[in-house]
Amino acid sequence: MTTLPNTEQVWEALARIPDPEIPVINVVEMGIVRDVQIEGPRAIISMTPTFSGCPALHLIREQLEETTRSLGFAEVVVKTILSPPWSTDWITPEAKERLRQYGIAPPKPTAGQEGVLIQLEAALTRCPRCGSFNTSVKNTFGPTLCKAIHVCNDCKEPFESFKTV
Amino acid sequence: MNAQVKNALVAKLTALADDEVILAQRGSEWTGHGPILEEDIALANIVQDELGHATLWYGLRQALDGSDPDRLAFFRDAYEYRNCELVELPKGDWAFTMLRQFLYDLYESLWLEAAQHSTYRPLAEAAQKIKREERFHLQHTYAWVERLGLGTEESNRRLQQALDMQWGYAQQLFVPIPGEELLVAEGIMPDLSPIRERWLELATRHLQNSGLKLPINPGYQPTSRAYHTEHLWSILAEMQSTARWDAEAKVW
Repeated sequence: MTTLPNTEQVWEALARIPDPEIPVINVVEMGIVRDVQIEGPRAIISMTPTFSGCPALHLIREQLEETTRSLGFAEVVVKTILSPPWSTDWITPEAKERLRQYGIAPPKPTAGQEGVLIQLEAALTRCPRCGSFNTSVKNTFGPTLCKAIHVCNDCKEPFESFKTV
Repeated sequence: MNAQVKNALVAKLTALADDEVILAQRGSEWTGHGPILEEDIALANIVQDELGHATLWYGLRQALDGSDPDRLAFFRDAYEYRNCELVELPKGDWAFTMLRQFLYDLYESLWLEAAQHSTYRPLAEAAQKIKREERFHLQHTYAWVERLGLGTEESNRRLQQALDMQWGYAQQLFVPIPGEELLVAEGIMPDLSPIRERWLELATRHLQNSGLKLPINPGYQPTSRAYHTEHLWSILAEMQSTARWDAEAKVW
């Protein structure tokens, strides 16, 4: 009889699943996996969506299930929870640094944004390549729901930023 | 929850989801045709979010009555849809599309703010989630109204024309559906009248600051969500054709 892994081992296995759209960070660091419960032969994984319309969600859900099943669980339940709503504050500092190295300006802390209906003055975004704050927003919407497009006025390179949610 | 309240809640969730689906479908008609590439991408992002919201609303309905969201979206005929007429009007020009999206986003943001305090927890949670995404939409369309309104004579004229047409239609967003008073009494759904007041105040201020005049005669104001314009038939025909042709449609 094989022994099933404990919750810590399940977390470790899930941390090997890269985010489908930003493969330099994994789904655990991203804050998508919220909870792992083991009840005998059954594993219950709770996940929370980043952006509710994100097309990668189906894939992430499938991969969570497959990975957990491959650890030997007879039954795997992947639950979606909405509360508390996902926030970029949950992305770990190490993952934020990796985003920057990958060329995506990491999200800023959300503090102070709550309850603001319309915010026209965007907070300064630092160029992930040269570090300059002399950057402009080209588009609040980018190639994926979670990103915006900027250009650096110093090194002249366009770059993406992770939206602060 | 008694059966009457449950039925009203199912109906309201359907109306919320239907608004998002139809508005998203209209917005998607600009994909590949936006005035500039950035705007093409921005609108595609916005409507993808709206589809995500529809998925959440249909999902809440599914939890109540077991209905399948895909069946609801792709296999109901126009007379079964409960969206407001504003969202089904043809996309028009860029001014028409941006104004509609602004009026809708402002309503949705204010509505979500109120719905966050719903006594029905799944609704409160979904509202909190969606509100964070809506912020980006409003910021974008708010700026477009100003840009077009204060831009050139031509852009102002087009935006004014869109406003004259849409103002009456937009009022339907604040008409409660039959049975909604039960939901308001239970604290499940927010009361639409204070939301309408804030919407009127904020919309009026921004539109006037953008050089527009509110129509003196608000024009046609639809009331029942059971009625639609002829445009809903054609948009559904297009949207549903693939699913109705091949319901599995797994390979394409």
